[in-house]
Amino acid sequence: MSLVLDNLKKSYREPGGGTIPVLNVARFELKTAEQVALIGSSGGGKTTLLNVIAGITAPDSGRVVIDNIDVTGLNEPSRDRFRALKIGFVFQTFNLLPAFTALENVLLGMCFSGKGVDSHRATDLLKRVGLGHRLSHRPPQLSVGEQQRVAVARALANHPSLLLADEPTASVDVANQNTILDLIRDACKENNVSLLLVTHAPDVAARFGRIEKLSDFNRL
Amino acid sequence: MNLVTIALKSIKQRFLSSSLTALSVSLGVMLMVAVLVINGVVTDLFSQQSFGFNLVVGPKGSDLSLALSAIYRLERSGEPLPYLYYKELQQHPAVEKAVPITIGDLTEQGGFPIVGTNSEFFEMDYSYKKPFRVRGSFLKTPWDAVIGSRVAAVNGWDIGSEFKLTHGGVKDHVHEEKFRVVGVLAPTGTPNDRTAFVSIAGFWGISEHEKPLQEAINRLEKFRYTVPQSLRDQAEKEKQPKKADAHAGHNHADHAELLDEQKEVTAIFVRTKGDTGFAAIRLAGEINEDVRAMAINPVPVMNRLMSLIVDNIKLMLLVLTSLIVAVSAVSIFVSIYNSMADRRHEIGIMRALGARRETVFTIILAESALLCLGGGVIGLLLGHGMVAVASPIIESRSGILINPLAFEPMELILFPVLLVVGSLIGFLPGLAAYRTDVAAALSE
Repeated sequence: MSLVLDNLKKSYREPGGGTIPVLNVARFELKTAEQVALIGSSGGGKTTLLNVIAGITAPDSGRVVIDNIDVTGLNEPSRDRFRALKIGFVFQTFNLLPAFTALENVLLGMCFSGKGVDSHRATDLLKRVGLGHRLSHRPPQLSVGEQQRVAVARALANHPSLLLADEPTASVDVANQNTILDLIRDACKENNVSLLLVTHAPDVAARFGRIEKLSDFNRL
Repeated sequence: MNLVTIALKSIKQRFLSSSLTALSVSLGVMLMVAVLVINGVVTDLFSQQSFGFNLVVGPKGSDLSLALSAIYRLERSGEPLPYLYYKELQQHPAVEKAVPITIGDLTEQGGFPIVGTNSEFFEMDYSYKKPFRVRGSFLKTPWDAVIGSRVAAVNGWDIGSEFKLTHGGVKDHVHEEKFRVVGVLAPTGTPNDRTAFVSIAGFWGISEHEKPLQEAINRLEKFRYTVPQSLRDQAEKEKQPKKADAHAGHNHADHAELLDEQKEVTAIFVRTKGDTGFAAIRLAGEINEDVRAMAINPVPVMNRLMSLIVDNIKLMLLVLTSLIVAVSAVSIFVSIYNSMADRRHEIGIMRALGARRETVFTIILAESALLCLGGGVIGLLLGHGMVAVASPIIESRSGILINPLAFEPMELILFPVLLVVGSLIGFLPGLAAYRTDVAAALSE
């Protein structure tokens, strides 16, 4: 099993002193190399769920188990290291660093893993996403679709076992939507990486074999 | 790619503000380096702890003034001593060697100080166990000259060159007599490098250097010497009006040799017998008790100048330049701290990619340290450049030679200090990066 969420709860404090529950997941599982589309409305807790899975946000209770490791039981530095090594992240707004070239953005992902940087792999990844000719271009010099491809290459740089994609096609035009989706799914398949893709678009979710509605298992 | 590369990228991204903040550091460091280099040269010059002589004997007055004029040739000399006093001192049982010097004139070209002396001057080491080395020969005949290395370089003179002197440094008052260069000294790093030494016999032979006999007699009487009647008669004759234009078209070989009573010396360098220095102390005491002259050991005199004036000026300048660096440091702090709000998102991305809190803290610290060190390196180069530009001006105004490439050990300390300052500056912004809420930063 690649990912197990067990009795996961998360709520935010209100300025007035009360709390707003955001997550209440009794059980969620994702098999190794499985690809799941998670549908949810805006403000439904999709991003919080991804942040909790990635160890960016700590849950109030419950467990997140990735590759049989209880991420919630790790201290923060270990969680950071685990995230760098095991989890790839593709964001809606790409989140590339504008001062870095496409190649450097991919290398940046490797830099924090503690395994050292591998320029050959980074170059190879960029070639595989069709950006072999754009290695030294900085994000502002790339099209929106190209930027998201760099983000995909960066997410795969450290051989992750789980790729979290947060509305990865929301910022790209329709023509690029399918290309990006195919790219992410093919890359995950090739590398045996589990994929949890969050979207609010039914047509995007429709391309996945397994579709989960957040509201079905997030009982608030 | 490593943390330093990431920090450099970040600096590059904010190129204008980074350059301006680094420039402010470099300006502070530039001033500090210039102060250190110039101070180092001045300290080396005035802190010479040994000379080839024990005492400088000169007219009564300020000991500092005597040292500055006789050794450093930076100040005009006082009333000269009669040559007979030099002869008397030469015979003193404690004296091993006494060398007369006359100063006051300058070379017509370049305005370098002239020292009239004899060949014995070059037999004394210019510093401890450092004898003069010359290309050519030392002074032999009355119109010979030996020039310092700097004089040769600046004026383009070599053996065989001839030059004239300006009387008392007055530009339009040029003596007709010419001296011929017979030797060029190897560099010594002392005021001798920028001095033209001429034979004292020739110096006395210059037409306007002879003292009117009556004045010489008056001076001798002040020094309690017995003046023979024949000399008084000659002085009376001298007072008679001379034929007009008698001096025109003269040749210095035509001058009758000056009487010893008319000769004067500005100062006398004395080396006493024995190695212990007690003889020098005793002789100095003996000379100073007398009302006629004054003897000084230049080392403590110059040390006093250093501790009273030069060291204090150095301290003041260093404090000022340190303040400039401190102000620059604050500007770097403000620049980086202000940029933190814009960089929260970037920091969030790095943290999401697995960067630890300590890692982003280190990146900010590295950025600040790199700005300080980069500014420091530029400041170091600018500082030496500034000295290179200023050195000819300083030399022309004060006669002090400054090598722009002279390196002060204190300059090495600058870099660890800048590293510490850079780390301190980066601490608070780094802490802000350390505390960044990743989820919140990513959603911005």
